[in-house]
Amino acid sequence: MTTVPVEMIKTKKERFDRVPDRRSADFHEELFRLEDAGELIVQRVPEDFVAVPTKYGVTKKIPRGHLWHHKSCGQCGHIPGYSTSIYWIMRKLGYDYHDPRDQTSCTAWNYYASATSNQAAQAAVALRNFAAAYETGYFPLIHCGTSYGHYKEVRAEIMRHPELRAQVRKVLEKLGKPLVMPEEIVHYSEYLYALRDEIKQNQVRDFSGIGVTVHPACHYYKLVEGDAIYDPDVYQGQRTAVVTGLATALGADVREYSTWFDCCGFGFRHILVQRDFTRSFATMRKIEVMKEEANPDVVLTHDTGCVTTLDKSQFAAQAHGRNVGVPVMSEAQFAALAMGAHPFRVCQLHWHSANYRPLLEKMGIDWEKAWAEFQDEVGRLERNEKEFSTWEDVGV
Amino acid sequence: MATITMDPYYKAPKVAGFADVPGEEKERLIAEVVADPRFHDYLYGCYECGICVAACPSARFYDFSPRLIAQAAARRDVELMFQQMQEDIWECSQCFSCLRCPRGNNPGGIITVMREVAVNNGLASAREALEGYSRIIYKIMSTGTQVSPDMLQPDAFPDWGPEVADVSESLALWRRALPPETHHTTTTGWAVADRTLIELYLIWLETGALDMISQVDEGLHMILEEVMEERLEEEGIER
Repeated sequence: MTTVPVEMIKTKKERFDRVPDRRSADFHEELFRLEDAGELIVQRVPEDFVAVPTKYGVTKKIPRGHLWHHKSCGQCGHIPGYSTSIYWIMRKLGYDYHDPRDQTSCTAWNYYASATSNQAAQAAVALRNFAAAYETGYFPLIHCGTSYGHYKEVRAEIMRHPELRAQVRKVLEKLGKPLVMPEEIVHYSEYLYALRDEIKQNQVRDFSGIGVTVHPACHYYKLVEGDAIYDPDVYQGQRTAVVTGLATALGADVREYSTWFDCCGFGFRHILVQRDFTRSFATMRKIEVMKEEANPDVVLTHDTGCVTTLDKSQFAAQAHGRNVGVPVMSEAQFAALAMGAHPFRVCQLHWHSANYRPLLEKMGIDWEKAWAEFQDEVGRLERNEKEFSTWEDVGV
Repeated sequence: MATITMDPYYKAPKVAGFADVPGEEKERLIAEVVADPRFHDYLYGCYECGICVAACPSARFYDFSPRLIAQAAARRDVELMFQQMQEDIWECSQCFSCLRCPRGNNPGGIITVMREVAVNNGLASAREALEGYSRIIYKIMSTGTQVSPDMLQPDAFPDWGPEVADVSESLALWRRALPPETHHTTTTGWAVADRTLIELYLIWLETGALDMISQVDEGLHMILEEVMEERLEEEGIER
């Protein structure tokens, strides 16, 4: 080994200014300043909103209705009961929304998996979607945790870098769209958390005996951490309050486990092309730990990739005799079930893999009868007695 | 043959399994990383405390360390950063658990930038890492949604259990049984309007994102370019 002179290291090493306080500032002030300067338009939160606390005390406005649903590819494609439950809850509570076709994916799953995109493209995709929402007058509600986290990153970059703003504005001009940023970037789990009391008021099934473990989604609370909801009454404000706040309000028995901070193992590219890692992490660091320490009846989480990973990874592990076998769903599906939603016609649990039937029994749901009802509906579709199932068919 | 160089973390190229390149080329690549406007927002020095490693899922299953990523970037260790671009960066889960860093470093973000440079320069590591991934790129860039219901095929997901086959067999009917009107699709996650898709194509073309694909998969780039240009031509849009 050669001793490297200290001076040589010093010349190569970058100088860093110590950040005196890492707490993120309230971004709204800068956002409105940019609007005053004519740099962008801020789409205001509709007047009917709930004020909730974020990590460092900044208040966040969560609109109750008039929402533009920014859908998730993974939810709509592979877990359709996820998005269906979100709509169903809004309809049940009587809030209006718009389900747009003028929406693309945020494309961030691909970006975090393959990097086959760039900063300007990612920002332009986000701002095209925001502009599309603005044109309808409805306020965006983001279904996917990764879209939500990525869009918050885009917001920070757009506010910080004038050259990026200029580049994206030029692209948007070609599309005939203005540069719009919503006053708040709102995730659906924040919406459900904010409306948890209204959801509870509409609860028709008793969940007091249901043991729950919660997996908080990384891209919800680790990316741009200051803008995630933290509540002094939930985990003493030490962890994000969404999901847990709702499950507790519904009377479920939320149980602790030690690896709550770990990610699910999704990995973005790994789930698609290197699943040995995903399976190992999801089962050994999450499901098995939950089973051993908390033995839950169900795992609740609030992002596309987490539901997919934690649910689908269990089959292979079960074949190897590992201590797995617990249903996984979003808290949206859980809340919809609490409010009386059909487990198959609304929550679409037949798209899930881990066995959810014992959970349904514990919830007092006759899953065999419910499955027969779903099969009857499929029969009607097969015989072309109707083209599609409708909201009226599922009571909202 | 010595397998360890002066830096204990640096593997000799023959052992590391990638072809070495001249120093100037490494300098050029790393300069691209550092020139990214996000780079300086992602790096504030390193206490060497290892909190990022403790929080990192990939560190548990791979020979991977977010701490090494931050340290190599902080001291502009061109040799080590180049080596990391050959393998380490593709092991990252991009969960951003490493943002727990008490200095505010973002090793996951540095990796995003390093990956982008690897793709932009057509590095062999990027081509290798994205083998088998082309259909996903095609799907997201050409249809506007990343995954679609018809991807749920038992031979593509044999490890996901028999439910995948159930979904696949009943796909069209089960999609028609979904109440949301936008969800009746099988080849896209939801129904995306034609005009929306054209706007997305313009974004890929105007920002250079489509050009990036040519660096890692020439065939896919040709197909995507043809699809996009044909649609734009049909709409009478000139670039």
